Amino acid sequence: MTGWAIEIAQAALVLALAPGLVGVVRWLKARLQSRRGAPPWQPYYELRKLFGKDVIVSSNASWLFRLAPYVVFASTAAAACLVPSLAVTRPLDAVGDLLVLVYLLLLGTVFLSLAGLDPGSAFGGMGSSREMTVAALAEPTVALAIFALALSAGSTNLGQIVGRTLADPAAALSPGHLLAFAALFVVMLAETGRLPVDNPATHLELTMIHEAMVLEYSGRYLALIEWAAALKLLVFFALLGNLFVPWGVAAVAAPAPLALALGSLLVKLAVIAVVVAVLETRVAKLRLFRVPELLSVSFVLALLAVTSSFLGR
Amino acid sequence: MTLETTACLSAYMVLAYLGGAFAALLPLRSGLTRALTAGGAIAGAGAGIALAARVLIAGEPFALTVPALLTVGGGVALRLDGLGAFFLLLIGVVAAPAALYGVGYSAAYAGRYSLRWLGAMLNLFLLTMSLVVLADNVLTFLLTWEAMSLASYFLVMTEHERDDTVAAGGWYLAMTHVGLALILVAFVLLSPAGGGGGFADLRAAAATLSPALRGVVFVLAVLGFGSKAGLVPLHVWLPRAHPAAPSHVSALMSGAMVKLGVYGILRVALDLLGVGPAWWGALLIGLGAASALVGVLYALTEDDLKRLLAYSSVENVGLVFIGVGAGLLFASLGEPAAATLALAAALYHALNHGVFKALLFLGAGAVAHATGSRDMNRLGGLIGRLPWTAACFLVGALAIGGLPPFNGFVSEWLLFQSLLPAIGSGAPLVAPVMTLAVGALALTAGLAAAAFVKAFGITFLALPRSDEARAAHEAPVTMRVAMVVLAALCALLGLGAAFVLPVLGGLLAGHAGLPRVAPALTAGPLLLPPGGGASMSPSLLAIGLLLALAGAWLAVRVGAARGLRVGDTWGCGRIGQTARMEYTSTAYAEPLRRVFAELYRPTEDLTIDVHPESRYFVQSRTYRSEIVPWFERYVYAPLVRWVAAGAAHTRAIQSGSAHAYLAYLVVALLALLAISLAWSASL
Repeated sequence: MTGWAIEIAQAALVLALAPGLVGVVRWLKARLQSRRGAPPWQPYYELRKLFGKDVIVSSNASWLFRLAPYVVFASTAAAACLVPSLAVTRPLDAVGDLLVLVYLLLLGTVFLSLAGLDPGSAFGGMGSSREMTVAALAEPTVALAIFALALSAGSTNLGQIVGRTLADPAAALSPGHLLAFAALFVVMLAETGRLPVDNPATHLELTMIHEAMVLEYSGRYLALIEWAAALKLLVFFALLGNLFVPWGVAAVAAPAPLALALGSLLVKLAVIAVVVAVLETRVAKLRLFRVPELLSVSFVLALLAVTSSFLGR
Repeated sequence: MTLETTACLSAYMVLAYLGGAFAALLPLRSGLTRALTAGGAIAGAGAGIALAARVLIAGEPFALTVPALLTVGGGVALRLDGLGAFFLLLIGVVAAPAALYGVGYSAAYAGRYSLRWLGAMLNLFLLTMSLVVLADNVLTFLLTWEAMSLASYFLVMTEHERDDTVAAGGWYLAMTHVGLALILVAFVLLSPAGGGGGFADLRAAAATLSPALRGVVFVLAVLGFGSKAGLVPLHVWLPRAHPAAPSHVSALMSGAMVKLGVYGILRVALDLLGVGPAWWGALLIGLGAASALVGVLYALTEDDLKRLLAYSSVENVGLVFIGVGAGLLFASLGEPAAATLALAAALYHALNHGVFKALLFLGAGAVAHATGSRDMNRLGGLIGRLPWTAACFLVGALAIGGLPPFNGFVSEWLLFQSLLPAIGSGAPLVAPVMTLAVGALALTAGLAAAAFVKAFGITFLALPRSDEARAAHEAPVTMRVAMVVLAALCALLGLGAAFVLPVLGGLLAGHAGLPRVAPALTAGPLLLPPGGGASMSPSLLAIGLLLALAGAWLAVRVGAARGLRVGDTWGCGRIGQTARMEYTSTAYAEPLRRVFAELYRPTEDLTIDVHPESRYFVQSRTYRSEIVPWFERYVYAPLVRWVAAGAAHTRAIQSGSAHAYLAYLVVALLALLAISLAWSASL
């Protein structure tokens, strides 16, 4: 019973935290760029405002356009439930592994891409085409990074990967883990539409990907999509934090370890947010056709991760 | 269970198909002919499914020998074991909806092409396909195999007045006969010296063959059956023949017949030859990975909906072969549990591909039926005009894209999991082979998702790009029912994976290199690959997704504003929107075409016609772009040239004189007698 209570608490926590995380990254970026910036809780206001507004739907759009925000939100939320944010052993751990998580996120990507095509605007088609290009090219890196992790843990289940690293702390510093971390970090930038792959700060750049796809959305639909995007960012941050640096994740379901887990999760998210904010301040956006080069670098990193995990056995 | 039931079912299956073929030939009204064709095919498919289900559930094979039917070569021998029953089930599951669909689809042929011929050939095609998996000796197998190829050739040629159909038929006929020749040689090498063409004799003889000869037999079987399955580089007929055939025939060929190539390789490698060296598995993994990547990359740039689907069949057959190869590899490494998982994943994917590819071909057929076009650059906006077709096609696209909770997701997940234990294997070359296989599998999965977002999105969403698409109409009820049945199967095969997987494990048990008793692959609703700690439950996942969907919908319904206004698509202030502003199929694939430019080597040709007064007034512009068809240009074109040159030389002996031909016959006969005398003297 406590297991399910933890699941529900964890799901509620990540849903609640996600917009704040986006706000923190934005606020940090503003500070680094010598701007005052909006407060970190600004995204909550934005969501409230969007949920309170009517939606405008293109006359060309079909039922798919109105279904897609719900599918995107539900699939991202389901993926977020699979992440061991607080506890190692959980009832949902057996329902899906890391591959399932990746495919759930892909489901959201596919629906968003279809919705981008639906109103028939050139922007939507452009964003959709580019999004699927990036998603397809990121896929092999993700799979190989997962396998590098699975190789040392003997399983692709998230709880088991975390548990194995907790039992054998030296594994966290093995070259396989470090390389897989680097590979997944690059994929995270690509999948969540951060610089240098996509620019989350603008609607008006011709190289944009995510923002072009969602250009036709408004009101509650846009709110769901924005929330799902924030959730996706949190999923990737939490994965990078808890899979590679698992200390703090509660091994037993007791109040004290769970409180510690919550604290350590917040610290890890904050650290990765700082890294991303610094990176986004330092680098410029890549031309779209340079993005595959970045992704092939991450692919090579993942390949090296598998190789060194194999040699290190 | 009694022998009588299975024997009755098999007789009923044969009679139903034959009856359907015969009834189709009767001089009746077109509507009646179409109904009788479908009736025979559906009854035969139903009997086939029942027969397969009995064999699969009981776990005992069914055998029937009719020595009197053909006295040479041991007569007609039929036997259905678990492996055959699985493929019989696959044929039945695809055949019944496809036949039903044919009732509505072939109505347009009335008066133009022969419906009687189409109906008779359809039933004969289904019959011979079913008999291939029942065949238990070389003669029966080869006869039914060739009959199947010919029947499908005639079906491809249905629209024989079109030039591209004739060309496609030629490619298909050539490729399938090259395959047949290779299979024939493989069986001859495998046949025991003392005669006896039964598969049991071959199995016994295979144990005595030298390793080198076993290797030769394996390679011949891979090439021979691979030509039917569409393995790269023998895949060139698929993107030609599948689009040329009527859509329900494309569904049958792509969904069922191509899988019989997989069946043939499994029959030879797993059953007749037994455990082989590790390179067999590695060879299949390599060919499978190449097929998967080549298939999906060409599918991605294809603008013709049915050609896209045909290339995607090459891709999926490649995925199946990765699984088969991994299974053979593990079997030879002495890891039976992992081998069972890999082979079960391959069979699962074969079944799933049969279902969703049939669904997609039927959907593409409905689109072609409604608009008269398969060119996606002329389609669009069909979701409003063909709502049933669009919804079913969407399910098929999600399933083939490997997205949860549909069936393609489950089998791709199993394929991934089956490659996982290999990376830890001690054998030297295994780890790199499998690592690359994982990379290829993942890239294929990502690109397939992109290809099917394009296929669905460009065809069904946005504004119609032509008058035909604007005037489209929904398919008749028989076609809709067939598509809905297959779409439901896509969901059921995904959600019910915990029931399907043990059956697949069970039918594989006892084959060479595999455990006598199948390892447990499931636990309750969980899929549990042996060895690893990974687990997954598609049914619970679907429940979770539905809960999240319902929760989000309710929360928004209760807590958010409910107003909805309809407006124009935003166009930076311009007024009016036309279909020419949309992304097209070609445009959609452009970024990936640039990324893989080394493979595609696109040639682009842009002509801009300007006004004589000023070059700033463009009067027209034409853009043409092509990608290099590597295999056709650099493999098959030289081959065809050599064959044509050789044929020109042999023309010398073709004098046209009957006397000369009789002389050739006598000389050939005498030569053969002399050779066989010399042969027996030397023994």
